[in-house]
Amino acid sequence: MEWEPIILTFKLAFVTTLILLFLSIPLAYWLAYTKNRFKPIFETLVSMPLVLPPTVLGFYLLITFSPNFFIGQWLNEWFGVKLVFSFGGLVFASVLYSLPFMVHPIQAGFSNLSSSLSDASYVLGKSKTTTLFKVLLPSIKPSLLTGIVLAFAHTIGEFGVVLMIGGNIPNQTRVASIAIYDEVESLNYGAANTYSLILFAVSFIILLSVYLVNGGYVKKIIK
Amino acid sequence: MIKIDLHKKLATNGGEMNLHIKTEIQSKSLTTVYGASGVGKTSLLRMLAGLLTPDAGSIDVNGSYWYDTKQKINWKPQSRKVGFVFQDYALFPHMTVQENLTFALEDKKNNQTIADLIEIVELGDLKSRKPDTLSGGQKQRVALARALVCKPSLLMLDEPLSALDTEMRSKLQDYILQIHKEFNLTTLLVSHEMGEVFKMSDEVVVIEEGKVTRQGKPEVLFSNQQVSGKFQFTGEILNIQKEDIIYIISVLIGNNLVKVVADEREATLLSVGDKVLVASKAFNPIIQKLGD
Repeated sequence: MEWEPIILTFKLAFVTTLILLFLSIPLAYWLAYTKNRFKPIFETLVSMPLVLPPTVLGFYLLITFSPNFFIGQWLNEWFGVKLVFSFGGLVFASVLYSLPFMVHPIQAGFSNLSSSLSDASYVLGKSKTTTLFKVLLPSIKPSLLTGIVLAFAHTIGEFGVVLMIGGNIPNQTRVASIAIYDEVESLNYGAANTYSLILFAVSFIILLSVYLVNGGYVKKIIK
Repeated sequence: MIKIDLHKKLATNGGEMNLHIKTEIQSKSLTTVYGASGVGKTSLLRMLAGLLTPDAGSIDVNGSYWYDTKQKINWKPQSRKVGFVFQDYALFPHMTVQENLTFALEDKKNNQTIADLIEIVELGDLKSRKPDTLSGGQKQRVALARALVCKPSLLMLDEPLSALDTEMRSKLQDYILQIHKEFNLTTLLVSHEMGEVFKMSDEVVVIEEGKVTRQGKPEVLFSNQQVSGKFQFTGEILNIQKEDIIYIISVLIGNNLVKVVADEREATLLSVGDKVLVASKAFNPIIQKLGD
């Protein structure tokens, strides 16, 4: 057994979660407060990865970023970026794939806040930005935590998208879930079992910690 | 003086409502906006604070226009400098009482203001508590103090006492009256409690179905002495109940139980079992054909 797939998995999950956090706060804020009549369309797009087979997403990304397609060609020629069978491509695909897991909790958090909270802040002379960072975001900490953890855990668990666009290149795109599949195919059940156990344990611990923190158990223990 | 002339189309439960509020509020007065729920009281306050944009009209506060469609003026809520106490208090849940007040402060070094306010509303013992550990009355005091931090000239309270029990309400009414005088404020209070209106206000603005229908001193507006009876019925008193500073008298007229408001002087003259005359001016009689 090698450690690289495990390390690569966490690296991918970490980078993806970080990008998602910066992307999802403004997106969720907009979705929660906009009165735009096209909002249902944007909400649907954000939720698509929940219902689409990962292979569909992976397939279209593979086509789009292929050097034979004009977008892939353009990215390659102008920026020297190759998103197919590379770590960058994995990050891009993971961000899309885990988007709803970050956006939904944050959007729900914003929507559940009483609108008088932001009104009160405006009346007290605070700008929209100050209100967002000093009032709204601190008031939805549990939702932010839920979003971060779900996105992280979901990225660890992805398989289909990674396989389609990343393939199985050691140290680049060979994440743990792919490694398990690979080991099973070569009948190395022992190695597959080790990877599986690690993923199982890590996912359990991550989710458990969210429930403990959001359920107020940690506070009770500290008190 | 605040001159208000505002139009706004509102979507309500009963369909669309055209809100048209035209009134004048005297400076340094405590004016109550009185009316049933859903007639546009809260919307009026929100438009004054800049939280709701009217469709047309103007707000003239002592000669400077906060809002005017003709001149295309619309000040943001941030620049209007009003104090606003929300019905649900709107305290920031992650901040302590002290932090809630400090957040409202423009110059963070000016801690004296906060200390003074905490003393006035007697929150000294609670200043490091979070809002969710406070009672309704305590939250209300924090909200009141926070609204005063930036020294507003106009204080607006949106049914601030509706969620409190009678005793706590009476105490907070005294706080509001004291603060109103001490800070030399123009205060607008939304209420649908007749007792509260009588106790608190210099003047009452009555809103019905989106329009100001009457305005004046509460004792003149609501007193029965002024009524020239257009409708009158006789009945028997079943119950006399004290509610705040007014009395609710239940009268049986025919087979209908009718509740009538009376002040203390009137109530002492009446007792259960008395035959009485109930009269009403024909403000808004409803006439409806009954089925055959």
